[in-house]
Amino acid sequence: MLRKTGIPTSDDLQSVTPDKERLLEGPVAIIECFNEIPCDPCFYSCPFKAIKKFSDINDKPELDYSKCTGCGNCIASCPGLAIFVVDYTKNRLSLPYEFLPLPSVGDKVWGLNRAGKSICQVEVIKVRDPDKNDKTAVISIKLPKKYLMEVRHIKVGDPNE
Amino acid sequence: MILLINTDLLVIGGGPAGMTAALKAAKKGAEVIIVERYHELGGQLIKQTHRFFGSKNEQAGTRGIDIAQGLTKEIQNMSVIKVLTEATAQGYYEDKIVTVSYQNKFRKIRAKRIIIATGASEKMMLFLNNDLPGVYGAGAIQTLMNLYGILPGKKVIMVGSGNIGLIVSYQLLQAGVEVKAVIEADSEIGGYLVHASKIRRIGVPIYTGYSVKSAIGKSSVKGAEIIKLDRNWQMIAGTERFIKADTICLAVGLRPLVSLLIQADCAMAYVPELGGDVPIRDENLKTTNDQIFVAGDAAGIEEATAAMLEGEIAGLKAASEIGYLSKDVITESRRLKKELRKLRNGPISRNIRKGLSKVRGDDNVKKNRYSHLR
Repeated sequence: MLRKTGIPTSDDLQSVTPDKERLLEGPVAIIECFNEIPCDPCFYSCPFKAIKKFSDINDKPELDYSKCTGCGNCIASCPGLAIFVVDYTKNRLSLPYEFLPLPSVGDKVWGLNRAGKSICQVEVIKVRDPDKNDKTAVISIKLPKKYLMEVRHIKVGDPNE
Repeated sequence: MILLINTDLLVIGGGPAGMTAALKAAKKGAEVIIVERYHELGGQLIKQTHRFFGSKNEQAGTRGIDIAQGLTKEIQNMSVIKVLTEATAQGYYEDKIVTVSYQNKFRKIRAKRIIIATGASEKMMLFLNNDLPGVYGAGAIQTLMNLYGILPGKKVIMVGSGNIGLIVSYQLLQAGVEVKAVIEADSEIGGYLVHASKIRRIGVPIYTGYSVKSAIGKSSVKGAEIIKLDRNWQMIAGTERFIKADTICLAVGLRPLVSLLIQADCAMAYVPELGGDVPIRDENLKTTNDQIFVAGDAAGIEEATAAMLEGEIAGLKAASEIGYLSKDVITESRRLKKELRKLRNGPISRNIRKGLSKVRGDDNVKKNRYSHLR
C-alpha cells in the first residue's frame, strides 16, 4: 500500500493511466501524483493546456490525454519528480533524473522499478539538461514494451555493483 | 557605555519568515534591523537543494537554496535594512528593549515593533545509546553535507518519514551515501507520498510501524536494533532486527523556538498540532504583546512557503502600525491571507488548520497565560 511502502498500487496507477487506445497512439504523460498537496507548477509548464487549471491548489493534477502530446515539458517542472512520459509506439520512457554523473546517449544502464529493483537493461537515447530545467535532467530510454509502465528510475554505472 | 540602537522594526531570525517580513516592511518605508545567528541569511533554506512545492506564484518549483539567494540579494539592495549576522537575541526587557550579542559585542536595540521569527529546534528521541557518535539530527546532516560538503557517514538509517526525513534521505542518496532504511513509528508515511516514492524507487525500504530500540556500537555507531510497534506505539518483544550502519539520522519532528515570546509575556497555548507551545495571535500574526508579532515555525511548525507568507503579512501590518501607511495595505494584506488560506486548504493541512483554530480568540488568551514562568 502506497501510504505504508511508498510504492503505488496497480489501482493507484490505473487512475493516472490512459486507456490502451490512447497509449498506442503515441507519447503521453503519466502523472504519478497520488496525494492532495499544495502544488501547481505542472499546470504552468504545459504548453498545450492539457493539465487542467487547479481550482484548489491542493487538487491532484488532471491530465486531458487527448490534448497531451507527450512533449515532456512537465517532467522537470514537478517538484515531486512524479511525472513520466511513455511512448508505446517507440518503446520509450522519459524520466526525471537528479544524480551525477549523467548518463550519455548510447549507454546501457539498469532500469529500476518502483520498488527500486533492477528489472531490465535499458538504452539511453536522449539526455536533456537545459538551464531552464534547473538541474533536473530528463533522460529518455529505450526498453522492452512490457516494462514501460514498470521502470521508473535508472542506475548508471556498473550494473553488477 | 553600551550602544543603544533605535529602529522602526526589529526582526529576530533571518530565515524565510524573517526575510520576507523585513522586505515587506522595508518596502513600505520602515527602517529594519535583522538579527541573525548564523553568518549569512536564509535559515534552513540554505540547505534545501530540492524544489519547493506550493503555488507557482510563490516560488514553487524553485529550489530552497535559490529562494534564499534571491531574498538575500533583495535585502542587500535595500539600504533601509541593516543585517546583523552572528547575532543572537538574548533577552526582552520590560522597557521593551532587546539585548543582542553581536559578533561577541553587547548591543541593545529599541524598536517600535518586533517580529519574532526564530524558527524551531529539532526534537531528540529516546533510545539506548542515543549519545553514541554517529547519531545525528537531520539538520546537522544537512549542514555538514549541503553547506560544508562533508559526508556524515557511508551507511545511514533514517528515523522519521516526515518530509524532512524523506528529503534528507534523497539528498544523502544524491551525495552517494547508502540509505539503508527509513524507519517510521506511525503506521503510515508522514511526508508527501511523491517524496517517499522518489526514494523507494532508488531502493530505500520504508519500514512503517517500526522504531529504534537501541544504537549498537562501542565508540561509534555500528548499526541499530529496530523493533516493531503495536497500534499504541509499544514495542513488540521478539520483533527486533539489526541493521548495519555507521550513522543514525533523527528526523522526528520540530519544536517552535519560543523562549523570547514567553519572556515578553506573550500569551501562549500548548498546541500539539503546531509542535508545542506557540503564541496566541490574531490574523496579522500579532501576539498579545502589542509590540510583538510572530511568523514562521516559531508560530507553529509548518513549511517555508507558509512561513514566507506569514512573514509578509506580519511585516505589512507592523509597518502600517509604525506609521508607514499606503492605500494598498488592506488589499495587499487580504491577498496574502487568501494565498495562505488556499495553501492550507487541503487534507494535508488538516492538522495545521485544527491547530490554528486553537491559537485565535480571546478565551484562549485568558486560559493560557504563562505568567507563572516569568
